[in-house]
Amino acid sequence: MTFIPKPKVRHPSLPRNALGLTRRDYEGVLSTLCAGCGHDSITAALTEAIWGLSLEPQNIAKLSGIGCSSKTTAYFVSGAHGFNSVHGRMPSIAMGASAANRNLAYVGVSGDGDTLSIGLGQFCHAIRRNLNMLYVIENNGVYGLTKGQFSASADIGSRAKKGEENQQPPIDPVLLAMSLGASFVARSFSGDKAQLVPLLQAGLRHRGFALIDVLSPCVTFNDHEGSTKSYAYTREHYEPAVNADFVPFEREIVADYAEGETHPVVMHDGSRILLRKFAKDYDPTDRVAASGYIQERLRQGEYLTGLLYIDETQREFHEVNGTPDAPLNGLHLPALSPGSMGLEKILSRYR
Amino acid sequence: MPAVPAQDRVNDFVIKIATVNGTGSASANTLLMKAIFRSGIPVMGKNYFPSNIQGLPTWYEIRVTKDAHVARSGRVDIMVAMNAETYGKDAREVATGGYLIYDSTWPRPALFTREDITVIGVPLAKLCNENFNGVRTRILMKNICYAGVLAALLDLDLAKMRELLAETYAKKPKLVESNMQAIQLGYDYAKAHFACPLPLHCAPLDQTAGHILIDGNTAAGLGAMFAGATVGAWYPITPSTSLMDAYKSFCDKWRVDPQTGRKNFAFIQAEDELAAIGIVLGASWNGARSFTATSGPGISLMSEFFGLAYYAEIPAVIFDVQRVGPSTGMPTRTQQCDLMICAYASHGDTKHVCLYPANPEECFYFAIAAFDLAERLQTPVMVLSDLDIGMNDWMCRDLKWDDAWQPDRGKVLPLEEIVKLEKFYRYLDKDDDGIPYRTLPGVHPKAAYFTRGSGHTQYGAYTEDATDYQIVVDRLVRKFHTARGLVPKPVIEMAGTRTDVGIIAAGSSDGAVREALDVLRGMGVHANYLRVRGFPFNDEVDRFLAEQRLVFVIEQNRDAQLRSLLTLETPVEKSKLRSLLHYSGMPISSSFIVKGVLAEVAPKPLRAVSPGQFP
Ligand SMILES: Cc1ncc(C[n+]2csc(CCOP(=O)(O)OP(=O)(O)O)c2C)c(N)n1
Ligand code: SF4
Ligand SMILES: [Mg+2]
Repeated sequence: MTFIPKPKVRHPSLPRNALGLTRRDYEGVLSTLCAGCGHDSITAALTEAIWGLSLEPQNIAKLSGIGCSSKTTAYFVSGAHGFNSVHGRMPSIAMGASAANRNLAYVGVSGDGDTLSIGLGQFCHAIRRNLNMLYVIENNGVYGLTKGQFSASADIGSRAKKGEENQQPPIDPVLLAMSLGASFVARSFSGDKAQLVPLLQAGLRHRGFALIDVLSPCVTFNDHEGSTKSYAYTREHYEPAVNADFVPFEREIVADYAEGETHPVVMHDGSRILLRKFAKDYDPTDRVAASGYIQERLRQGEYLTGLLYIDETQREFHEVNGTPDAPLNGLHLPALSPGSMGLEKILSRYR
Repeated sequence: MPAVPAQDRVNDFVIKIATVNGTGSASANTLLMKAIFRSGIPVMGKNYFPSNIQGLPTWYEIRVTKDAHVARSGRVDIMVAMNAETYGKDAREVATGGYLIYDSTWPRPALFTREDITVIGVPLAKLCNENFNGVRTRILMKNICYAGVLAALLDLDLAKMRELLAETYAKKPKLVESNMQAIQLGYDYAKAHFACPLPLHCAPLDQTAGHILIDGNTAAGLGAMFAGATVGAWYPITPSTSLMDAYKSFCDKWRVDPQTGRKNFAFIQAEDELAAIGIVLGASWNGARSFTATSGPGISLMSEFFGLAYYAEIPAVIFDVQRVGPSTGMPTRTQQCDLMICAYASHGDTKHVCLYPANPEECFYFAIAAFDLAERLQTPVMVLSDLDIGMNDWMCRDLKWDDAWQPDRGKVLPLEEIVKLEKFYRYLDKDDDGIPYRTLPGVHPKAAYFTRGSGHTQYGAYTEDATDYQIVVDRLVRKFHTARGLVPKPVIEMAGTRTDVGIIAAGSSDGAVREALDVLRGMGVHANYLRVRGFPFNDEVDRFLAEQRLVFVIEQNRDAQLRSLLTLETPVEKSKLRSLLHYSGMPISSSFIVKGVLAEVAPKPLRAVSPGQFP
């Protein structure tokens, strides 16, 4: 691929966010994915979500593993550092980066292969640590980059392009994350920007591990008849359970929502998520009941979408670790070294 | 067998204690070693323990060495045979004229088969059973009791032992009394039944002032704290675990804000070594000094990430406390068997900067150097210690700290520089030293770049173009060349007499080599000595190799890994290099080296040497 710089023409009528930046300012390099790839829509939604939250580009770090999906961290917010690491190991990079500087917004992008096969262990442990990051799985049921092998999220009976039928049960990242104690779990569809953008925003503001599993059809290897991750199939079997509107703290005063229909969840920074439930009995704050319901729907072949579970009370990694508010990477020597006097004291134990 | 009469060997002998692990013998052995050290006598202590928690044979070797030869000599003068299972073998190991101490509560007729050693029976179990209650206490006290026997036989100062116990059990004064009681039981019994002290015994010296007894893992963990490392991530593995434990306990003491209780460090037990190194890279990429400690199996697992760090140019410090391989090998035995894998770990053309500390003192200083080098060179730096250095207490010079020291954070562009730039490019060789400039996230949008392990241009963009790819990998070669001048220089000791024979060694072989050189000198065999301390090899190594006719490469692995590295990375002709390979899992001994050298280089026929002198 060659780098084709896009002319940055400032159009006076382009809307600006609180920082005075336009959507253009949050773009990255041109995507090299196949035309129509679901991942590109997610990139667009991420750009929109980050712009909408008025995050400073340099205060974002974009992390990924390897795969078509993992490439996309280059395609948004070029003013942020990006790290395209090795296959399945992005969570550990995110852990280290967050340990060094807790004050950046970590955006992780992964694929279903990257997360659910080679990287399953790291994914689980990032959840256990409640690592403060947004973790997006661009889930297409196949390994796109290695040309269409089934991934661990492929459903039983789903057919590959050449007709082969998948026989093994899928690993559902949503159910897995719920069972591991994740504090924010959502599912969406790359084709539903209206649902996805507020979910991404809520995930970015969530303090802790925010998983969003985004069904993201691979037009080249998994968009045919017989696939359960195609555009057509997803549209048909996609069932919003909870609508989540994200209301940033700054807008809170002017937000107008009808009491009763909505259930507000207050986030750490004062922002709110207004949940509107489509499924009457669904309770996204009850882990056990919600898991049961998701499982039930999955059995019927329906992907329940929306903000499926949220717990704003769980402590994230740094709260548990007791690190200071200022980033560790900014500490200076006096705070780190006991000096010669300290060394003398220490050595007395070894005489 | 001993060439030197016993009475001339005051402060110069070896005690070996055979016990069963999990029976508290470690505290008795440490107590003995420290009591000797506090008497001003140089001492070496080595623990040979099984990969097991309780019930298998374990040995502890204490060498009292007035000449400060802190290596294994290869002989045993006094055996304390506390383990019935290994009695026979232990008894055979004692040198002629030596002593065997055993628990005479039960008869051991098998012990009396040797005429050339003195057998000393002390009813340790009986003494303890009569004086202590509880099975566990009796077992523990039996081990403390032999320390008392040795105190009498070797003429150790009981007051020093009490003082040491009082320090160890500062919070449990009752334990001081019961331990002292056990010591006194053994001491009194020995005094009453044997001629004390033995001809082999200790006499106070003043040679340990300005020295400490410390293990390499503790020293390295301490170094990591002094270097300013703030993120430590690891997955437990013998023999590296105590390095991380040390770092954490030092940080718990010195890095916790007294007002807020907040911790100025993050200590992360990872789910495996893949995650451990990933955490290190994420943290270093983000500007924190970060490190991990592991052993061979962990190095294998981390290898994919090493390649990423090499190619994407991310600093990282890795302590590899080597143990016996291949595979799980012998986890509690020592070797220098990761020299090759660490130098070239990962697929593709990769090379890594390695440091080879020879003792705990160097573990401390090299830990600090490693962080500076990693950030200066923007690459992983491996510190290759081993189980012998890492887990045994070594006598070394006091560690020193210069309060004027500042970390070398390398070429990280600060905000003032970034704002002046037209545009930032990550991989340009602006200074002609192969080292590019980097920026940290969170500083300025202009500083942003994309880190990737896939092909990239010097501007940081993705590429599959031949020329663009080669520009970057060729610069990495230049960077590695720069590293030659930055890694610690070798220690060279010329023989002082004309000789064209050289010895090259690295790491923990040093003590044994030095002692061997002394012995050989006494026999008229002279050799120049170079101890390699860093990879890539510096010019000094090339020069030394060129000057010798014959070079013994002494190392602790089967496949002559150091020799291979020398043939690969220096212009030396292969035929010049003779390997002396020690890979039993025990630390190399001086007698092994003497024997190996003599097999090739004949001693001057000035003095006859008894063939039995070098077992
Ligand atoms: C260690 C390792 N093994 C295998 C690969 C080859 N590989 C690259 S991407 C990929 C699968 C990606 O699948 P997924 O994460 O679902 O991403 P997608 O391309 O579908 O978006 C594989 C197996 C690799 N890069 N590294
Ligand atoms: S192969 Fe599939 S996943 Fe990859 S870019 Fe093309 S459509 Fe997207
Ligand atoms: Mg995929």
